[in-house]
Amino acid sequence: MTAVLEVTNVKKSFGGIKAVDGVSFDVQEGEILGLIGPNGCGKSTLFNCILGQLTPTDGEVKVDGKIVTGLRPSELNRLGVSRTFQLLQVFPKLSVRENLILAGQEHQGNMMSRLFGPSDAGLSAAADQMIGFFKLDHLATEAAGGLSYGQQKLLDAAMAFMGGPRLVLLDEPAGGVNLTMLGDLKERLAAINREKRATFVVIEHNMEFVMSLCTRVMVMAEGKLLAMGTPAEVRANPAVIEAYLGHCGIDP
Amino acid sequence: MTATGKYLRIALGIAVIAALIIVPMNFNRYGLYILSQWAVMTIAAMGLNLTLGYAGQVSLAQGAFVGIGAYAAAIMTTQGGMPLIAALGVAIVLCFAIGWILGYPALRVQHHYLAFVTLAFSTLAFLVFRNEDWLTKGIYGISNIPRPNVMGFATNRPLPFYYFCLGSLALVSLAMWWLIRSPWGRAFVALRENPVRALSLGIDTRRYTLMAFAIGSALGGVAGTLYAPLTQYIDPVPFNLSLSLDLLMMVIVGGSGFFFGPFLGAMIAVLLPEWLRFTQGYYLMLYAVAVMLLLIYSPTGILGILDRYLAERRTKAASALRAVAKSRLETAP
Ligand SMILES: Nc1ncnc2c1ncn2[C@@H]1O[C@H](COP(=O)(O)OP(=O)(O)O)[C@@H](O)[C@H]1O
Ligand SMILES: [Mg+2]
Repeated sequence: MTAVLEVTNVKKSFGGIKAVDGVSFDVQEGEILGLIGPNGCGKSTLFNCILGQLTPTDGEVKVDGKIVTGLRPSELNRLGVSRTFQLLQVFPKLSVRENLILAGQEHQGNMMSRLFGPSDAGLSAAADQMIGFFKLDHLATEAAGGLSYGQQKLLDAAMAFMGGPRLVLLDEPAGGVNLTMLGDLKERLAAINREKRATFVVIEHNMEFVMSLCTRVMVMAEGKLLAMGTPAEVRANPAVIEAYLGHCGIDP
Repeated sequence: MTATGKYLRIALGIAVIAALIIVPMNFNRYGLYILSQWAVMTIAAMGLNLTLGYAGQVSLAQGAFVGIGAYAAAIMTTQGGMPLIAALGVAIVLCFAIGWILGYPALRVQHHYLAFVTLAFSTLAFLVFRNEDWLTKGIYGISNIPRPNVMGFATNRPLPFYYFCLGSLALVSLAMWWLIRSPWGRAFVALRENPVRALSLGIDTRRYTLMAFAIGSALGGVAGTLYAPLTQYIDPVPFNLSLSLDLLMMVIVGGSGFFFGPFLGAMIAVLLPEWLRFTQGYYLMLYAVAVMLLLIYSPTGILGILDRYLAERRTKAASALRAVAKSRLETAP
């Protein structure tokens, strides 16, 4: 097994707040790593540091053994690292298919072929396949802004897979999504992981979702790594129960 | 519904094009001059619409790029005796390169810095037009600018020259249509609507923004190379900051980010002063008040109003369809 992602001692402060305070971990190829922790403990900030939206105050990030700290998000994305954001981020005026084509178009050809080549960048078929995979068929030509919240969340996740990424970081993909769609999403993620050997890191508050989907779970508290292990180990860890599962208003 | 809508739009397009070709045939010299000016300003505004409407960057130098194109045409065709097409090539390359060089540092710092950098450039360009007599003849200007021969046809007379401008506008429109339908156009929209998400999808927002700005500037240059033979005399005055502001108004009033926004905006800006001539000195005041009222009512300009109206009708039609489907379900045995 090889580490797809290696994070070493990453720190990020905002003024006096140490949002991420020296976190280190590896993610192995094909793994689905869950990341849990109370609100404000630095999970999203950690993602932003890994993906170049923020520059870490300290520490190092490697993808496939190559140092990527300081790269721009677009460069990282073209290296096969993709993400979703905690807040929904689809392009509301573009259709579902256009959103997916947009998400894949920079992963092939060059600037010239994107100007003089076909207007769909040769991605219509791939986009339709993704639409079918996420069961959005009847919505392909609808403007993304007109979809229900849950459908937009599915589209948001689907966009992260268009470039055929090796590593995908998902920030609360199931937040605010109803139960049926939650089941759908979990099943889709598991299928992509199985078929494409894509590696995931998933931030999620829904414990059932995390515990049944993830191979390992990592717990953060106040910017630090609190525990790491299989779902069963983490669930039984007294420090985790104390800091997180015990008293936060999050359903166990 | 959508099929008939499509045919309606095609029919409307053909009717407008036919009208633009046929109706001016019995216009007088002045009418043709105004209409040619509309075609030229539409090209410049289309360029600015790409920068502002599609890529979301404010440029205050579009008028300066028109000036660069106009001076390139004037100098090369009078003193150089070269054909206009050579001047066109020089203007495009020059404006594209200057746009790129101006945008590069501006975008490395912060987005709205482009507005300041272009403002400064606008002033600088005006000073060069006015003070570098050896090249531009300064305040005396350059006169006797010849009109081109296009495929063997002389365009000296107003009607042929108008057709030359109209044909150029058609070519630029086709190129623009191609551009905004290409993956580049999609990337431009993405970086205007949500640059953070665009970056995370691998879109090099900096490079696309620069491209949009440089191409938009180059179209300013194209408009300039038509402007010089249209007026046949140029001096620095028309290319000061107020032309840049006028062009900005055209884009915003027409509807920035809409393909046909510049056509409409340029028409209003070029024709309205003619129609409101009877108000004498009050024209500018009326125009300013009208623009303010429009922007309060619809920040996305005139086409924004139309767009909202059509979207509303579509939602109503869709919900009517849903209601019908639902009542069928309920009455089904
Ligand atoms: N851009 C920012 N500027 C200042 N403080 C921030 C910023 N982003 C996050 N924070 C702070 O960092 C801490 C961690 O936030 P975040 O990473 O969003 O937590 P989580 O995703 O675990 O809920 C919070 O205290 C938050 O207020
Ligand atoms: Mg968060």
